[in-house]
Amino acid sequence: MIFTARQAIGARVRGQVLVAHDGFSARYDLDRIRGTFSRPSHKLAGQSYVGKILVLDTAKGGVATAWMLHEMASRGIVPLALVLNSVNPILVQGAAFGGVTLLAGFDGDITAQVPHGATVEIDPASRSLRVL
Amino acid sequence: MRLNDLERAMLGGELGAAVKSAIEHQVMVGDFFGAADFVPVTQAHIMADTESLGEAGVAWLESIAKSEGRVRVPTITDPRGTDFAKAGVLKHPEWIVELERRAVEAFKKLGVLTTDTCINYQTIQAPARGESVAFGDTGVVIYANSVCGARSNYEGGPSAVAAGLTGRTPRYGFHLEECRRATLRVRVAFEPRTLNDWGALGGLIGRLAGNYWAVPYVEGLEGSAGSDALKHFGAAMASFGSIALYHLAGITPEAAEADGSRLKVLHRIGEADVKALQSAYAGEEEIDVVVFSAPQLSLYELRSLAALCDGRRFARPLLAVTSPQVKPDADRLGLTKKIEDAGGHVLSGMCFYQSYAREIAEANGWKRLATNSVKLVNILGGYGYVPLLASMERCVEAAEKGRLPK
Repeated sequence: MIFTARQAIGARVRGQVLVAHDGFSARYDLDRIRGTFSRPSHKLAGQSYVGKILVLDTAKGGVATAWMLHEMASRGIVPLALVLNSVNPILVQGAAFGGVTLLAGFDGDITAQVPHGATVEIDPASRSLRVL
Repeated sequence: MRLNDLERAMLGGELGAAVKSAIEHQVMVGDFFGAADFVPVTQAHIMADTESLGEAGVAWLESIAKSEGRVRVPTITDPRGTDFAKAGVLKHPEWIVELERRAVEAFKKLGVLTTDTCINYQTIQAPARGESVAFGDTGVVIYANSVCGARSNYEGGPSAVAAGLTGRTPRYGFHLEECRRATLRVRVAFEPRTLNDWGALGGLIGRLAGNYWAVPYVEGLEGSAGSDALKHFGAAMASFGSIALYHLAGITPEAAEADGSRLKVLHRIGEADVKALQSAYAGEEEIDVVVFSAPQLSLYELRSLAALCDGRRFARPLLAVTSPQVKPDADRLGLTKKIEDAGGHVLSGMCFYQSYAREIAEANGWKRLATNSVKLVNILGGYGYVPLLASMERCVEAAEKGRLPK
């Protein structure tokens, strides 16, 4: 299965996905010390995001993610990539600043199409996500 | 992106390494969103608490300050991660205070005005209609776009720094006329009375709208409730939905041209909906701390709070957070004294959730936190708190009795 995004940024990566039809905000949703989702109502609560490709619905919350991706990357406690149905400027600015791969905008709901736990390869140059 | 001579010079490094790096970042973001060119901005506002920056972000700020980068337009800061005068009250350890000091020093070298406020539209300078700005802090952006009719996207810290250094930002999103039209129509059959009513209504609309590109057109609110009400309304909407612009029929400046009446009414909100959101944050009665913050309190909010505190004696800590511009007036006018005589604290230049909320909770043993801020209750669950939402009056009573009154 190959999915093509409308927007992409970052480097080619390969890894395991965590999938949920939830939003994403580094401040609201993450315990950035432990590297886990910490917002009790988030479907990925308690799971480690470190080194994972997160397939989620949309950007939520505030502007802190723009700094926090960079900060988490500096400690090696960062998602490998973010894949979202839609993004706000903060996620894009944060991905650009923090060097995190980002894909956004698909035909259909990407969270309903990529199997949770699958291994995928993301190539921003071709704006593609391939399920391996 | 199409660049003019000055922008090409920036990109070529002719204006220094910091400006080159800034415009490279902006071009990357602009290309992502298909921006045709840049739009000049009159001011920038940087969210930069050190909980978000960490050591890595502060070191980056120091590096651009050292490379002699200087902002080209008035550039100000959002709340810091501590109140230097009251770090002891929060039990902030020295490493937090020191990291904050380093960030402040770097900002000063960059020529940034460290205003440390998220209510700059009430205290520094509200942008005028049509003015293009580069604002950080979602509450600031939604207020500037919606209430002032100015034009800004969410500019995260690194992008707001870049906008300050280059004096421009990529022209996409809410800088474009077509993105400012209403995309969903909401009819409200409810009259908000308290600030937390306004926040709950904003939160509901944000949740319904769902993403950054949605622009709610809201009918049914009779007359403007004023700046503080719309501050809480917008901050909660932005927090729940990542919304940057709304229109209130007959109230906000671009509502008529937003053309919301062409849309079907897809959502209706009544009192039961508002109460349901509020009751989702009403699970406990015992409380550990009361916090008024997010956004920082205006002088009028502090006036109301001081009147409620007058003559009481608190059994639990009560923190009221305001801007460094409001605090001296609150001191001079005796408002701080009334709050602090009751056992509360008036803090300045920080905002609770931007000030190492997890570390504060652990150091002070705080878990059950009462507030009238819908934005704050939406954020703090992820920090390990049990957030409780109530009116300012009930929160003050809770500080006195140790439990929220029924």
